[in-house]
Amino acid sequence: MRWCDGAVSRAAEETNRRMLRARDAMDRGYAEPLDVPALARIAQVSEAHFTRTFRATFGEAPHRYLQRRRVERAMFLLRETDHSVTDICFKVGFASPGTFSRTFRAIVGRSPRTYRKEAVATDVPTCFTMAWTRPSA
Amino acid sequence: MFNAITHSQIYVLDQDRALDFYVGKLGLEVNADVDMGFMRWLTVSIPGHPERQILLEKPGPPSLSEETAQQVRELVTKGATGGSLIFSTDDCRKTYETLLSRGVEFTEEPTDRSYGIDCALRDPFGNRIRFTQPKP
Repeated sequence: MRWCDGAVSRAAEETNRRMLRARDAMDRGYAEPLDVPALARIAQVSEAHFTRTFRATFGEAPHRYLQRRRVERAMFLLRETDHSVTDICFKVGFASPGTFSRTFRAIVGRSPRTYRKEAVATDVPTCFTMAWTRPSA
Repeated sequence: MFNAITHSQIYVLDQDRALDFYVGKLGLEVNADVDMGFMRWLTVSIPGHPERQILLEKPGPPSLSEETAQQVRELVTKGATGGSLIFSTDDCRKTYETLLSRGVEFTEEPTDRSYGIDCALRDPFGNRIRFTQPKP
């Protein structure tokens, strides 16, 4: 492997690792509005580059990732708690129940209420639940 | 048929940096560190528990082609490889504070779960690690 190939690989790995750090921050702050400037600082890229680099690394735009993360958290709360659907909507960061229900149904294929009826509680560590129940659509 | 799980493996991108982290920060101890010529066999374990080892393996030839090793490195840094580690602890919050003071990067703070209190962190390369204080 040529030296410059190695240098390019190391740079790509470093970028991946920084974007992963930003994605972890999104996972923690999923209920907050998407803060591209803050995430760009975490990832040590410019704001202009953040969205493009995130998409190149993880295959989807940050906003879409956040939407799917919010729906996954909503699925968790629907399974594990008896909070109302409206409460869950706001708790996970959606601005309106209508948007929440529409987005949830589009991604999960069922309404929040139907999902709750059909769901089964799990005892799996959070990071696995988060990864495996995050809807792929 | 089997008596125990003795080894598991995770990919690390640099074995010296891995030692700084897993031993220097997390407090594991070196179980084996052997230059075998074709690879560096490096395992760590919980102090006092050598029967359960974690192999810190660096991807590369001859085990993997350069191209495949590069793919593995990219996946590790995206947090997409399987090698998660889950430890148990007597005191999750105290361990969290200790590791935080050592500069460990946490992704989840200690949180009450149905099975106990746990939190999550990443190693320098992107691997996921959790530790859990089980419910009594």
